[in-house]
This record gives sequence, structure tokens and C-alpha cells, in this order.
Amino acid sequence: MMQKILSRGYLWLLLMLLYAPILIIIVFSFTEAKVLGNWTGFSTKLYTSLLSGGVKNSLVNAIGNTFLIAFIAASVSTLLGSIAAIGIFNLKIRTRNAINFVNNIPMLNPDIITGISLFLLFISLGISQGYVTVILAHITFCTPYVVLSVLPRLRQMNSNIYEAALDLGATPIQALYKVIFPEIKSGMLSGFILAFTLSIDDFAVTIFTIGNEGLETLSTFIYADARKGGLTPELRPLSAIIFIVVLILLLVINKRAQNAHKTKS
Amino acid sequence: MINKIAQHLEKRRNWVIPYVVFLAVFVVLPLILIAIFAFTDSSSNFTLDNFAKFISHPEAINTFIYSIGIAVITTLICLLLGYPAAYILSNPTFNKSHAMVLLFILPMWINILVRTLATVALFDFLKIPLGENALVFGMVYNFLPFMIYPIYNTLQKMDQNLIEATQDLGANPFQVFTKTVLPLSMPGVVSGIMMVFMPTISTFAIAELLTMNNIKLFGTTIQENINNGMWNYGAALSLIMLLLIAITSLFTGNDESSQNEGGGII
Repeated sequence: MMQKILSRGYLWLLLMLLYAPILIIIVFSFTEAKVLGNWTGFSTKLYTSLLSGGVKNSLVNAIGNTFLIAFIAASVSTLLGSIAAIGIFNLKIRTRNAINFVNNIPMLNPDIITGISLFLLFISLGISQGYVTVILAHITFCTPYVVLSVLPRLRQMNSNIYEAALDLGATPIQALYKVIFPEIKSGMLSGFILAFTLSIDDFAVTIFTIGNEGLETLSTFIYADARKGGLTPELRPLSAIIFIVVLILLLVINKRAQNAHKTKS
Repeated sequence: MINKIAQHLEKRRNWVIPYVVFLAVFVVLPLILIAIFAFTDSSSNFTLDNFAKFISHPEAINTFIYSIGIAVITTLICLLLGYPAAYILSNPTFNKSHAMVLLFILPMWINILVRTLATVALFDFLKIPLGENALVFGMVYNFLPFMIYPIYNTLQKMDQNLIEATQDLGANPFQVFTKTVLPLSMPGVVSGIMMVFMPTISTFAIAELLTMNNIKLFGTTIQENINNGMWNYGAALSLIMLLLIAITSLFTGNDESSQNEGGGII
């Protein structure tokens, strides 16, 4: 009993430590003070100014860019990764292992290495950096996760039903659309959500591939802002909102993973 | 023509081709480019000067060693704090809820800059001075979940019968832990160490924010050189970092791919 109280206490203490910074941000998003840590009375002014666009134009642009990039990168990764997963699944074991190995590189590489290596690629090819390079970079580190979300669904699938569809006169495209796609749909969706959150969160790869034409994402905006010393107060409600959104997304993915697990067993 | 494409499509293993091309251009080629840049000068002639510059430059070497030190300390603290937490989380008598586990890994998904700034705010709020201690604490804050999760994963998959068997054979609780639980959880510990050590050694920006620009880590040095147009030197430093990481992963001999096979990341 004593042990139980002690261990629960330890968990809660750690959680409190882990969440203290985030809680501080959330609490101080409800006051107007310019400097974080000053409490000047309850107010939702920062939220209204964030949501009504009364905030610095560059922040609104950065938020828009972040979501646009995340949406495009996640969509392309999902498509590329799902098609790749079907291919990988049908490969002979040796080739499959080789591709899995390369597929793991972007996940194991530190972000700074991925960022610098892509930066060197773009300058070597003479591609000017901006939207396109950031999106390509994000696709590079997101697709491996999509591949890993889709592969287990293919393993669960009965491989005969694809052959059956072909025997019944379906073209490969029809068989893909009517047979394989429904089976891997949930894996694709998990992969998409994962890719989307990874893209929104990314800082290290983005900063090396974004160029200096004035394009900013949320991460690079926060970085530039923090370097100047004065953190835009509207970042507090924004962080609070991001936190809640990520929390909900995670709960959804987790629920899906659990359901899939249940139906499997 | 269309027939030919259809024929190729029929072999589903051919569907991997677009991704193979993509991986070659965006993963393999860029890594080769790091090596090429590292061994050339700005007019593309072969040279070892970039590495000579690193070795003859005490400031760069010191930053490198200092960063390894910070990363080792951070990893150790994360291990000391994280192992008991993972153990309690995986033990059905202490914790039955999956929500608790989620709470521990949730911070992994918050933007690292937001987390770091929140930590800076907390230190400000508690009047804790920013500096080396704040740096280590901030790193532990940022990377603790990456230690807890893999250890939790292996502990949870562990066969509980083995523990009972050890007890039946007369082991006391301490022996049960050192002889059974700890050895069986080593794969998780190893991948936890990798998941904390690698980002801490390669981090940049975080150190600047946590120390008001007073302490520089190796990642920052690399970033500064790349930003200032010293691409070849920056590439050489990146290669050194890659080498360090390769050595660490050989040393720990982990195989993370098998862990990821399950599909769900959480």
C-alpha cells in the first residue's frame, strides 16, 4: 500500500514538473501583460486579438504557411508512402530490407543533419529556397512514418483477395481502389495525421531549407522572435491552443490504434 | 504505351520505384553531398583543410567535448528519473490506465521551441538564473519522455511469469530487479539512451534560449557556419557529428527498426 502511494506520488511529481512550463504558458495566456510572469488581471484579450487577426501580420502569415506546408507535405507523403508500402510489401526479403534500411535513415538521423544535407542538395542543384524546398524537405522526413503506418495493415490483409479481384476481371487500378485501398485506409489516415503533426512541429529541418526570401513558418517565427528578446504575447494563447489541438489529435490516433489492436486480436 | 504501364503496374513490387527514386535523391544523395562538401574547398578541390581547421581550433574542439559532456549528463539524469517512472507505469499493480502513459509522452509532440520557451518562462517565474544548470534542466525537460517511452514499451511486453519464476526460485525483490527485470529491459534502456543522447548532442537554438546566448553547443557551431556561408567547414563538422552518432549506435548496437514495425507510434 505504502509502495503504491509512493510510486503514484512519484509519477504525479514528474508529471507536475513536465507540465509546469506548459501550465505557466496557459495560465499567462489569460492576462494582457507584455512580459510573461507579470499578472495584470484576467483577460481574454490575447485570444481575441489572436483570433481576430489584430495581431502582427507576420504571425498570421506564419500560421497560414505552417498549415499550408503541413497539409501539402502530409498529403504527398501519404500518397507516396502508401504506394511505396504496397511495393515494399511485395518485394523479396533482401530488397525489402535494403529499402527499409534507407527508409529508416530520415527517422534516425538528427534533424540538423537532415536539414543541412538537404540544404546542400538544394544549393548544389541551384534550386532557390522557399515553399518548394520546405515542402520537399518535410515530405522527406514524413514519408518514412507513413510507410511504417501502412505496412502493418498490408500484413493483416488477406493477400488472396487482390488476386481474386483480378480473376473476377478487375483491372489492377480497380483492384487497387476497390480492394487494397479500403484495407489500408486507416493506416493511411494515421500516417497522414502523424505526418501533419510532424510537419507543424518541425523547426530544425525547416530553418535550413526555408531560405531568406521572407517566408516564415510558426517555428521560424518563434525562433526569430525569441532571438530578438521580446516574445510576442499572442504566442502564449497560440501555444495553449496548439497544445490542446495536439492533445486531441493524439487521443484520436491512440484510440484508433487501440481499436485496430482490438479488432486484430 | 498505356498497356506497357499497366503491365508494369500489375507487378505490385514495381510500385516501390517512385519512392526508391525519391529516397535516392532526397536521402542518399544529400548524405553523400555532406561528405563531398566536407572534403573539398570552396572551389571544389579535394582538401583536408576543413578537418585540420577543426583540430587546430581549440574553441571548436572544446565546444565539441563540452556538448558531449552535456549530452551525457542529460542522458544520465533522464535515465535516473525515467527508469522508475517507466517501471511504475508498466506495472499493473501501480498503474492501470493508459491515459497516464499518454500524459507522459504527450510533451514529445509539442513544438520544441514552445517547450523551451515555456521552460525559460518557468525559470524566470521562479527566479532561477539562466545558465549551465538551466541548460541541463531544460534538456531533461525536453527529452525525458523520449527515455520513458521506449523503456516502458519493453517493460510492458515483458513476460510477468519470468518475475514470478525468479521469486519462486528464492530471489529477494532486489535480486528480482537486478537479475530479471533490468536485463530484460536493456533493449528499451539502450534505445532510450539513443533517443535522448542523439537529439541532445545535435541540438541547436535550445541552448541559446536557455542560456541567453552564453553557452554554445556543437549544433549551434554547425548552424552558425552554415548560415555564414562556410558550407564546407559546416559539412565537415556535420560529418564529425554523424561519425559520433554512428559510433554511439554501433556501441549500443540497437535495432530500432524492429520496434517501429508495430505501426502505431503510440
